[in-house]
Amino acid sequence: MRNKYSIFSLFKNALSYHENWQRTWKDPVPKKEYDAVIVGGGGHGLATAYYLAKKHNMQNIAVVEKGWIGGGNTGRNTTIIRSNYLWDASAGLYDHALKIWEGLSQELNYNVMFSQRGVMNLAHNLQDVRDLKRRTHANRLNGIDAVYLNTEEVKKFCPIINTSQDIRYPVLGGTLQRRAGTARHDAVAWGYARGADEMGVDIIQNCEVKSIKRSGDTVEGIETTKGFIKTKKIGVVAAGHSSVVANMAGLKLPLESKPLQALVSEPVKPIIDTVVMSNAVHAYVSQSDKGELVIGAGTDDYISYSQKGSHQIVEGTLNAILELYPIFSRMRMLRQWGGIVDICPDASPILSKTSIKGLYFNCGWGTGGFKATPGSGDLFAHTIANDEPHKLNAAFNLNRFVSGDLVDEHGAAAVAH
Amino acid sequence: MFLIDCPYCGERDQQEFKAGGEAHIERPKQPTELSDDEWAEYLFMRKNIKGVQFERWNHAHGCRKWFNMARDTSNDEIKAIYKMGEKPPTQ
Repeated sequence: MRNKYSIFSLFKNALSYHENWQRTWKDPVPKKEYDAVIVGGGGHGLATAYYLAKKHNMQNIAVVEKGWIGGGNTGRNTTIIRSNYLWDASAGLYDHALKIWEGLSQELNYNVMFSQRGVMNLAHNLQDVRDLKRRTHANRLNGIDAVYLNTEEVKKFCPIINTSQDIRYPVLGGTLQRRAGTARHDAVAWGYARGADEMGVDIIQNCEVKSIKRSGDTVEGIETTKGFIKTKKIGVVAAGHSSVVANMAGLKLPLESKPLQALVSEPVKPIIDTVVMSNAVHAYVSQSDKGELVIGAGTDDYISYSQKGSHQIVEGTLNAILELYPIFSRMRMLRQWGGIVDICPDASPILSKTSIKGLYFNCGWGTGGFKATPGSGDLFAHTIANDEPHKLNAAFNLNRFVSGDLVDEHGAAAVAH
Repeated sequence: MFLIDCPYCGERDQQEFKAGGEAHIERPKQPTELSDDEWAEYLFMRKNIKGVQFERWNHAHGCRKWFNMARDTSNDEIKAIYKMGEKPPTQ
């Protein structure tokens, strides 16, 4: 049994100069066979393993990760969490996640630094105003907190925004979800890894999947850089590389992988205590607990796995940021990076069985998967354990591209997630 | 960000171009006879290759002509550029 983190354990370990903390997760050699294998050790994959072990009593499982856990898009996102989506199916999915976020630190005994500082979405033209008002109403009908703010209220909530009506895209209003906010992305991966490991899940890092072995329409196992692993159930949570893994099984997915960029500034004193997103001008910003401004840019329009985005994408975002926040004009940017996001034609995720028995995909989160991490893990674990989707992810099946029953969140969820 | 050698205008910055996605996806010859699965395949399913991919590009802020490109998506290196209607290079 692992030691619980608490003020007492902190005090006790302080007496030995913090040299005797336990290992947070093991470094196991893969077994010959598992009941299920999760491909991808990011937040979603680790959460899936955690809930499989905790709620579905499947402890003989493994997570295989080609790099290190949380080293992919889990560590590259801008950590925004919200659930104010337009359509009922999305509202159900993302609010399920938000409700788990609210108790996650306690459940995992790991501080994920979940901070409900609110997320404000700005409107810059008449169509934005109409869309955001419509979304506010839709949210409230779905039991999600949402308020519409006029320009003065936007200014009052976040005083550093330039609400002058003379700028190129003036602020005409906005919406606010107060329960929304941010969390520490690494901690989410580490917390779930620690929880899953404690229940007996093998977390195998530096282990890349090379091929998927199947006999007929049933999976038999995976060939990895650490040898063959036999299993009847494979849950793929490979984000930008989902299509690559799908191709190994002879499947095609409705995904395109594109670079998405973000950047952080040098750390400064607290200046913005909420998250402000603007879809029309494509700029969003929040401030980390360390003091850095966290800025999300957009995706390039071409397919690429290069983890390098185009310079003009960042430039466009910073132009918009400077017009909305003139106070940031002399900030220096510290780091900029790109992650590869897998985008679905309807901008909604896929949490689904496939035509191959025992092969499940959790992908297509595009530019906004971080916020859904706990809910995605919970629902994907349900889907794998029962070979049937939960009612909350039933709409996010792969077959919707055949039936035409898409969950079109392009305009509704907006460009930026 | 990279340079693209437009077959009509010569070498220009990538931001003048619009990516048009996977190339050589043929419009169904008899759309009325297509099953839902075949429609899904045509409309939505993509190879999304990591490696050399054939794709369409449009010189949107230039000559506005479409052309094809073979590009390695793992490092954005352009392998070949060829005109619409031409067959993809074999290597």
